[in-house]
Amino acid sequence: MSTLISDFPKLFFSLGAVLVFFALILLAFFVAGLARGWFSTVLAWIVFLLPALVLLCVGLVIPAIRTIWLSFYGPDSSQFVGIDNYKWVFGNADNRHTIANTLLWLVIVPVFSTGVGLVLALLLDRMRRESIPKSLIFMPMAISFVGASIIWGLVYYYVQPDYKHVELQVGILSFIPMRILLAIGNVFGFTPNWQPPNWILVQNFNLNSLLLMVILIWIQTGFAMVVLSAAVKSVPAEVVEAAELDGATGWRLFSRVTVPMIRGTLIVVFTTIMIASLKVFDVVRVMTGGNFGTQVLANEMYSQSFVQFNYGQGSALAVILFVLVTPLIAYNVVQLRRERATR
Amino acid sequence: MTTVEIPTETAVKEPLPAAVKRKLSSPWATALVIFITVIWTIPTFGLFVTSLRSSAYADNTNWIWALFHWNHFGFTLHNYSEIITGGNIIPQGMEPYLINSFAIAIPAAIFPLVIASMAAYALAWIPFRGATFLFFTIFALQVVPLQMALLPLLRLTVTLKDAIANIPGFENFSLTTTYIPLWSAHTMFALPLAIFLLHNFIAQLPREVMEAARVDGASHFLIFRKIVLPLAVPAIASFAIFQFLWVWNDYLVALTFAGGTPDVAPVTVYLANIQGTYGSQLHLSTAGAFVAIIVPLIVFFSLQRFFVRGLVSGSVKG
Repeated sequence: MSTLISDFPKLFFSLGAVLVFFALILLAFFVAGLARGWFSTVLAWIVFLLPALVLLCVGLVIPAIRTIWLSFYGPDSSQFVGIDNYKWVFGNADNRHTIANTLLWLVIVPVFSTGVGLVLALLLDRMRRESIPKSLIFMPMAISFVGASIIWGLVYYYVQPDYKHVELQVGILSFIPMRILLAIGNVFGFTPNWQPPNWILVQNFNLNSLLLMVILIWIQTGFAMVVLSAAVKSVPAEVVEAAELDGATGWRLFSRVTVPMIRGTLIVVFTTIMIASLKVFDVVRVMTGGNFGTQVLANEMYSQSFVQFNYGQGSALAVILFVLVTPLIAYNVVQLRRERATR
Repeated sequence: MTTVEIPTETAVKEPLPAAVKRKLSSPWATALVIFITVIWTIPTFGLFVTSLRSSAYADNTNWIWALFHWNHFGFTLHNYSEIITGGNIIPQGMEPYLINSFAIAIPAAIFPLVIASMAAYALAWIPFRGATFLFFTIFALQVVPLQMALLPLLRLTVTLKDAIANIPGFENFSLTTTYIPLWSAHTMFALPLAIFLLHNFIAQLPREVMEAARVDGASHFLIFRKIVLPLAVPAIASFAIFQFLWVWNDYLVALTFAGGTPDVAPVTVYLANIQGTYGSQLHLSTAGAFVAIIVPLIVFFSLQRFFVRGLVSGSVKG
């Protein structure tokens, strides 16, 4: 473990940085605390607020404006090109495919995550030991997208199929159907001839994109479940009991009472997952690198900016992401404010 | 941004009596929940099982099959030591990256937390013209996606690096091989959400307490340290956990600001590289992934309550 000894001091560097940081803040507190009168309030304001404001300007406001600016310039940012970069985004066939893929993510991931999450929330509300399934389904939320990609890469792993040696199918997406077919074949006396494809390369019906979406659905369903479960529990028991006395059961109780009662939360969960789907980057980058027809906007933006150094086109893609995200977030905020006002 | 209020279960509704619950729960519902839970858990379980099998077995035979054919399981713990320290197949181990992840994530959780709680206090309790406007401006900044800021910020970093290298005495100091750009980027990107969440909490502290302290002549600095920080611990804890995990799991910021070298890059970058270059060495990539996810999982299972609250409120960050 010689490396451990050589790398460990890096943690002391971090520790030192934290200590220096606290020392600076306490020093600022002490010095500013010496002031008296009206000036002390001004000084307090500066000490408390200025660090955040400076960091926000340097880290977000100025860069965002700069990105908009760069999106009207050429690859090396020296030549003004007008809206050429935007024409490139919408005029290029590859890019149109990328946008279509992103829109597909934007619809499919929220629909399935919210749908399964809602079903789970309703079922769990009526279960006695709900915390174990809840923890296990929520767990993927704590795993990084990179980790999740390795987990699912194992599921989709491709080996040349051979029914004489099904055990060689490392990926369970091929192994399980082959094993089942083999068992059926043994009973009825035939050799199956269905060959599982190399899943991640299949572009028919966007199958490979859908398989990548499964990863994000796997992660986001837990989020939807936890939030919706809390909402379902907050539906007053009297309302449910009254509806049951009136004869509402099962589906009618669900569609006429529960869903309308949690509508606001449902929409917030949906749009929240939409935002995550719009910005999906890690999954695509690690699984396919955007190849085989799986490219999405966020990954294309990264490739243009930091791999091919087309700063203008990369910036235009970032601006488009921003424009797409803004109405979703604005909607969420309005929805939440309305909901709080009515409570 | 969004915040969804997570009501604590007891506060919202009396829990259903056990008898009622039993009546309502059908065996089909339970079966369906168990079915979904199993589906959701199998991929991670498969990763774990594969990481415990030696190369000849793990890379060539299915792990479910191996569970039923114990003599082909090939149990070993060697994959873990090999991926951590490096070995014949992958010379570069993940150990320096693992250290980097801690070295990045701990300060990158503390810095924004302190700066944001200070700002939140000022916005809530130091009256000045335009405080509300400023708060809403910061709040609105949450719509700016990371992608909008990455490129200009990276250029700024490179400019600063060159500027520092021109200062006499700092010729050998390379800003980009320190954690400073990563800490700064994570701190900046975290601030809008952190200020918003902490403001919600700090603004609701009892007005009488604050005013009494002011009347007694306590300065804002004293009030902040002795009253606000201790009372805001629950909000601070849930944000700290959320931010730590966000930084730990981050790939985009790390890839942009750290490159791939063992100097500063975190485990996510290492794992993505392993997956790209040694994707068929399943026994190693699975062990590496498991080491990388065990840290957030420990945090998750030990601090679930805080974690859920923080994660739910911050799940749209970035």
